[in-house]
Amino acid sequence: MTALGKLFRTTAFKLTLVYLTVFALFAFFLLGYFALNTKRLFTEQVTEAVDAEITGLVDHFNAGGIRRLTFVVEARSRRPGSSLYLVTTPGSDGLAGNVGSLPTGALDKPGWSETVYRRIEESESSELHRALARVYHLPGGFKILVGRDLEERDRLFQVVLNAGKWSAAVVIVLGLAGGFFVARRVLHRVDAMTETTRSIMGGNLSGRLPVAGSGDEIDRLALNLNEMLARIEALMRGLKEVSDNIAHDLKTPLTRLRNRAEEALRTSRSEQDYRAALEATIEESDSLIKTFNALLMIARAESGQARDNMVECDAAEAAQDVGELYEPLAEEQGLSLEVDAPAAVLLHGNRELISQALANLVDNAIKYAGPMAKANGIPSVVTVQARADGDRVLLSVGDRGPGIPESERGRAVERFVRLEKSRTIPGSGLGLSLASAVAHLHGGELRLEDNAPGLRAVMVLPRGGPLPAATPAQTGATERV
Amino acid sequence: MTDATGPHDAMRLLIIEDDRDAADYLVRAFRETGHVADHAADGEEGLAMALDGDYDVLIVDRMLPKRDGLSVIGELRAKKIQTPVLILSALGQVDDRVKGLRAGGDDYLPKPYSFSELLARVEVLSRRRGGRNEETVYRVGDLELDRLSHRVTRGKEEIILQPREFRLLEYLMKHAGQVVTRTMLLENVWDYHFDPQTNVIDVHISRLRSKIDKGFSQPLLHTIRGAGYMIRDGSRN
Repeated sequence: MTALGKLFRTTAFKLTLVYLTVFALFAFFLLGYFALNTKRLFTEQVTEAVDAEITGLVDHFNAGGIRRLTFVVEARSRRPGSSLYLVTTPGSDGLAGNVGSLPTGALDKPGWSETVYRRIEESESSELHRALARVYHLPGGFKILVGRDLEERDRLFQVVLNAGKWSAAVVIVLGLAGGFFVARRVLHRVDAMTETTRSIMGGNLSGRLPVAGSGDEIDRLALNLNEMLARIEALMRGLKEVSDNIAHDLKTPLTRLRNRAEEALRTSRSEQDYRAALEATIEESDSLIKTFNALLMIARAESGQARDNMVECDAAEAAQDVGELYEPLAEEQGLSLEVDAPAAVLLHGNRELISQALANLVDNAIKYAGPMAKANGIPSVVTVQARADGDRVLLSVGDRGPGIPESERGRAVERFVRLEKSRTIPGSGLGLSLASAVAHLHGGELRLEDNAPGLRAVMVLPRGGPLPAATPAQTGATERV
Repeated sequence: MTDATGPHDAMRLLIIEDDRDAADYLVRAFRETGHVADHAADGEEGLAMALDGDYDVLIVDRMLPKRDGLSVIGELRAKKIQTPVLILSALGQVDDRVKGLRAGGDDYLPKPYSFSELLARVEVLSRRRGGRNEETVYRVGDLELDRLSHRVTRGKEEIILQPREFRLLEYLMKHAGQVVTRTMLLENVWDYHFDPQTNVIDVHISRLRSKIDKGFSQPLLHTIRGAGYMIRDGSRN
C-alpha cells in the first residue's frame, strides 16, 4: 500500500490525473455540443417539412374541401415512415390519418408541441411514442395535425450518449494505466538514484547515478550530478592526499625537531650550547611553518577560493618584478638572470599568486642551476619570460641546470616530491606543485619542458582567466587535483 | 632629524587575545623589552579598555569571544579612535589580510609569528603617530635621502641607486632607529605577502650596504640578529 501510495504521490501520476480530467471534460463538451447540434438540426428539418406539408394540405382543403383533404391524408398515411397525420372534426373526432390516440386537449391549441401518441393500428395498452407535431385549425372548425415521430432522433441521441460513455471509460482506463506506467518508470529511476545517493552519503564516493542513455531530463540531471560527484571525489582525494602527505612529510622535520631538543637536554653543558640548540629549534620550526603555509596556499588555490580576487593584471610586470627580486641572489650564485618581457601582457588573474608561483619557479631554477654553474665554472643564464600566445599567456622560467628526465616530469609536479637527485638541496619540495596549483586556479596548466639543456617550466594561462562554469568540473575531471 | 620616540621609549599596549597562554607570553615579552602591556580576554572587555585607555598600539586577535576582532576595530574607528591596530590571526591568506586592513587594521600578522617580528611591527606602528611621513628629506648621520628629487648623498658623495634600492633605503630611513624585518621589507618595498623560499632580501640588503656603507668608517645599515635590519647613526648611540 505504501508503494502504491508513493506511486500516487509522484509528479508523473499527478500530472496524468490532471491531463486526464482535462481531456475527459473536453471530450464531454465536444460530444454534448455534437448531440445538441444534431438535435437542433433534426428539429429544424422536421419543422420545415411539416410547415410545407401543412401549406400543401391547406391548399388541398381550399381547392376541394374536407373530402379532398381527407382523401389526400388517407393516401399519405398509408405510406411507411415516421410521418404522422390526423384530420378531425371540430369536435375532435378523427376523419383521417394514422394517429390513433393523443392526450386530451392536444388539438385545442394551434401551433407546435412535443406530444405523445399511439398509432391507429396499435392497441390501447401499447407504449406511447413521442412526436413533434403542429396543429392547424382550418376554417369551419376542422383541425389538422402533422408531425414526425421522434424515435429516430432519440435513438441518435442515445447512440451519441453511449459513444460518450464508452470513450470516457476508455480514456480514463488508458489514462490511468499510462499514468501508472509513467509514474512507475520515473519512480523506478528516481528510486535508483536515491539508492545511489544513499550509498554515496554512506561513504562510497566512487558511486555514480544511473544514466538510462535516453538523453531525457532525468539523464541530464544525472549526468550533471555525476560530474559534480566526480569533482567532489577529486577534491576529497586531493584532501586525503594532502593529509597523508602532511602526516608523512611533516613528521620527519617534527621528529628532527624533537630529537634536537632532546639531545640538547642530554648533552648541553653551557648556556651557549643551549642557546645554539634553541636557535636551531626555532629555525627548524620556522621552516616547518613555511612548509605549512605553502601547503595551505596550494590547498586554497586548488579549491578555487582565490578566484574571487582576480583582476586585470600584467604578467610582464610580474615577471619583471620577480626577476628584479631574485636577480641579486642569482648573481651571488654565479648565474645571470634575464627577464624577457618587453611588452605588457594583460591577463585576468591574481597578481600575488602569479608572482608567488613565478618566485617559486625562479627559486627552484637558482637552487638547481646554481651549484652546477659553480662546479663547471661557467656562468649560466636563468631566463624569466612573459609573452602572449594567442589567447593564452606564457610565463616561463628556463635554466641550464640538470633538468628533469621526461619520465619523471609528471611526478615532479606532485606535492612533496623531490626527485632522488635533489634530496641534498634544501626546500619543501612544494615549489612546482604550488606553481601547478596556481596555473590550475587560473584555468591553465604548468608544463615542464626540456630547455636543452636544463629545465623550462611554463605556466600556460588563459588570458580571460578561468571560465566560471567550465573550469571546476574540467580541471577536476581531466587533471590531477 | 628628531628622534623623540626612540625604540626604547616605553609603549603602552593593549593585547586583546582570548588564548591565555599566548596573551601571557606576549605581556611578559613586551614587559621584558621595556613596554607596558595590558590584556583583555574577550572582544567586549577589549573594546571597553581600548575606549578608556590611552594606548599607543592595540594588538587584536581576530577570533574573539563575545565580539569579533574586526568588529572591535570597526567600533573603535566609528568612534573616531585612531589608535593603530595590529591584527593577529590564524587566518593568514592574502584575502584575510585584505579584509583585516579594510576593517580598519593598520597591520596584519598571521600566526604563528616570531616575537621579534611582532615587536618590530608594533614599534613601527607606534612611531606612526610621530608624523615622519611628511618629511621630504630623511637624514641618518651624514646619509641624506631626498624623496622629491630621488637623490641620495652620503657626505658630499652622490650615491646612484636603482629604483627598488631607493625604495628599500627610503623605507629603512623612514623607520630609522627601528628594527625592520625581512617580511616588512618584502611587504612594503615589493608589495609581496608570500614568503620566498630563500632569503632574497638579505642579498638586496648587502647590495645596498655596499653602496651606502662601503668606504665609510661609520656603518649605518646594521643587521639585527634574529630579527632584521636597522639603519641608525652609530656615532650617536
